[in-house]
Amino acid sequence: MERNIAQIALFAAMIAALGLVPQITLGFGVPITAQTLGVMLAGAVLGARRGAAAAGLFLLLVALGLPLLAGGRGGLGAFAAPTAGFALGFPVAAFATGFFVEHVRLRSAGLAAGLGAVFGGIAILYICGATGLSIVSGKSLAEAFTLIAVFIPGDLLKAAITGMLVQALAKVRPQTLAWHRDSASVTQTRL
Amino acid sequence: MISLTSPVETRAHRWPAGLKLGALCLASTGLFMVRDIPILGAAAVAVLALYAAPGPAFLRAGLRSLRVVLPFVVVLLAWHAISGDMWMGLLITLRMVTLIALANLVTMTTGLEDMVDLVRRLTAPLRRLGLPTGVLEIAIPLVIRFTPVLVARAETLAEAWRARSRRRPGWRLILPLTLQALDDADHVGEALRARGGALGPQQQE
Repeated sequence: MERNIAQIALFAAMIAALGLVPQITLGFGVPITAQTLGVMLAGAVLGARRGAAAAGLFLLLVALGLPLLAGGRGGLGAFAAPTAGFALGFPVAAFATGFFVEHVRLRSAGLAAGLGAVFGGIAILYICGATGLSIVSGKSLAEAFTLIAVFIPGDLLKAAITGMLVQALAKVRPQTLAWHRDSASVTQTRL
Repeated sequence: MISLTSPVETRAHRWPAGLKLGALCLASTGLFMVRDIPILGAAAVAVLALYAAPGPAFLRAGLRSLRVVLPFVVVLLAWHAISGDMWMGLLITLRMVTLIALANLVTMTTGLEDMVDLVRRLTAPLRRLGLPTGVLEIAIPLVIRFTPVLVARAETLAEAWRARSRRRPGWRLILPLTLQALDDADHVGEALRARGGALGPQQQE
């Protein structure tokens, strides 16, 4: 119980820190912050429910007036902005990422996390983001999609990084990944 | 951690947070139903007047926090100009900016403690249903405390990287950062347990 709360809080802080640290800005022309990488990691490491709780806690702090969104934005205004769909999609994306890694059993934890990040952190998150953008901007969903598609390559990169990080994590700290430990024990009992 | 609350003390700082939030919800719903540019323009001017009332420092801070939506305003106006319905574009951007400005206004005039207080009161019905909402009151300060810690740690890691390599550090810092955060979580979890558990001694009986 206490450890779960601490992990949720620490990952909410990770999502915030990754959006604020300029050293981890991924280049490639369009400046991409690592904030959604934090969301993908929260889902992939903590699993669906605790990952979504971490992202939700992060959003609550943004709503309370802390400038934690990438670029130092925050406050209630962030939920009326064109990017509000993305912000509100964070918990959904973390849940989807966690749901994927918990239910799609793959031998490699890194591969499962990477694919989970593509599913949750890109597919699901972009549906939320495009819906928000089309509501705020009065454009159709398809038009909103074309506008945000520029960011997909950067997010694919982040999903790949999530996979690599979780692969490394499974090696050096396997007790953290509850979902992977379960699947590992399942294969052991089968043997 | 610096909150977005304005240091310029206004009269609105003393109003109850629930009232301000309720007014914001009503005003936002109202603005979403309006389809006339003159009415929206009047609303935008009224919001601007609210920003100007506490003095120039407050107005400057308010406009600075609105600057981040400027690229979107440009893109939306350009898009509508190309597709030929400039009025629609004007209406949408005017509404968007007014909504964001209003919401920012509430954030700027409400302190963090008032907001946390409001959360506690809003979650009171859930508490009566038996949900452990006290957990939120532990988690919120934890995040506020650990975000600057993690940022500082990422900067230390980046410095150490630069001492060894001429390449940019980039994403490679995230693995040690995550590992340290997980260790922290273990320590904090143990510390919470040692101090009577997350729910506090009186609620655990």
